[in-house]
Amino acid sequence: MSDIAEGGGEGQHKGKKRAKKSSTRVDMTPMVDLAFLLLTFFVLTATFSKPKVMSLVYPAKIDPKDPPKEQPKINNAITFLLSENKIYYYVGQFYPENSPGPNGPTRLIETGFGTKGVRKLLADKNKYVLSEKTIYGKKLKQEEIADSTYLRRLSEAKKNKQALKVLIKTDDKATCKNFIDLIDELKIAEIGVIAPLELMPSEYALMKSKIK
Amino acid sequence: MPKIRIPKGSPSIDMTPMVDLAFLLVTFFMLSASFRSSEPVDVDVPSSISDNIIPKNVVLITIDKGGRVFFTMSDPEARRELLTNMAGKYKIGFNEDQIKRFTFMSSFGCTMKELPGYINMEAEARKRFNTPGIPYTDSTANQLKDWINYGNRAAINSGRTAFAEEKNKGKNPNANDFKPKFILRVDSKSLYVHAQKVIDVFRDLKLNNLNFVTSMELAPI
Repeated sequence: MSDIAEGGGEGQHKGKKRAKKSSTRVDMTPMVDLAFLLLTFFVLTATFSKPKVMSLVYPAKIDPKDPPKEQPKINNAITFLLSENKIYYYVGQFYPENSPGPNGPTRLIETGFGTKGVRKLLADKNKYVLSEKTIYGKKLKQEEIADSTYLRRLSEAKKNKQALKVLIKTDDKATCKNFIDLIDELKIAEIGVIAPLELMPSEYALMKSKIK
Repeated sequence: MPKIRIPKGSPSIDMTPMVDLAFLLVTFFMLSASFRSSEPVDVDVPSSISDNIIPKNVVLITIDKGGRVFFTMSDPEARRELLTNMAGKYKIGFNEDQIKRFTFMSSFGCTMKELPGYINMEAEARKRFNTPGIPYTDSTANQLKDWINYGNRAAINSGRTAFAEEKNKGKNPNANDFKPKFILRVDSKSLYVHAQKVIDVFRDLKLNNLNFVTSMELAPI
């Protein structure tokens, strides 16, 4: 094989060996350069996080043709009122101004979007579901119950009377980020019933006075 | 004097393994890369801990910062049916070429009147095209409602055929996976009232189960 290569008469003596040795290797540097260039390009353009979706069930619109239903009395509910980067809440039913009784007119309480604000509040108010979750979560880990049982128990707990229900009302300045952030907190706190509703004028007035 | 042999070893190293690796990575990233079809608007979605992936058969509404609304749906066959129905309702004729272009189009946000012209545009011109979005605030000329309504029907039909096809293949598909889902892609800076109006359109059509596109965020432990 070695005899065929290298043309011409000049390599008849000493130089012959040297010429043979260097011929098998290709200079790969340009190829490597290109490969790394492409690699860098694709690494930088790669988007790893595929978008995800968060589902939310809205309450059905009331058909005027339908017979009016008796509004169920909401117990154990909390209402969040959203404005631009601000969040207020009140617990239980709304009592308009100058309403008598021990519950008096409703007062709004301001809180924050962070872990110390809404998350702490919800963890506190929704203790029942969260404690159920830890109990069944432990059982699941010890393989006492199956995966499906765990999910069923959790959804049962969310529907329980003691579970917290949340109403959300937004004013005209709240952004989608505020809304989604709140929904996110509700999902973290395992709230089963979430109802985004229309803001009542009396609530809006109360909010306005609070913002100023 | 003995001959001194200068070692002939060349200063170059064997680069083959490195090249192998480099090309392996290039191939990986090339194949895993998914190029986004160019959307008419950039939307910065809010983040959440949700880890549900986007379902297959979807009707997607985009709401941008200023509250403009854009529409698209995933299934090309359903889009054909949708456009035919919309053309019938608004009495606008589309030729075969336009229908074909429509089935491959990304989100669009123009009125029915502008639509034939918009379909004919090239991608670059579409980006520059200034539009108020699909009208949705007006209760009498609510075009978004028609888009969603006909889109829903078309998606149900195409979902049914896809389901039957899977079943014929001998698989055991879940019928729920083929039902159309409704997705809202909202900009985080957009006012919620805009989204609320769009959601009201959905609720008018008795479509109450909606999904929001979010980017992933780590859940607290």
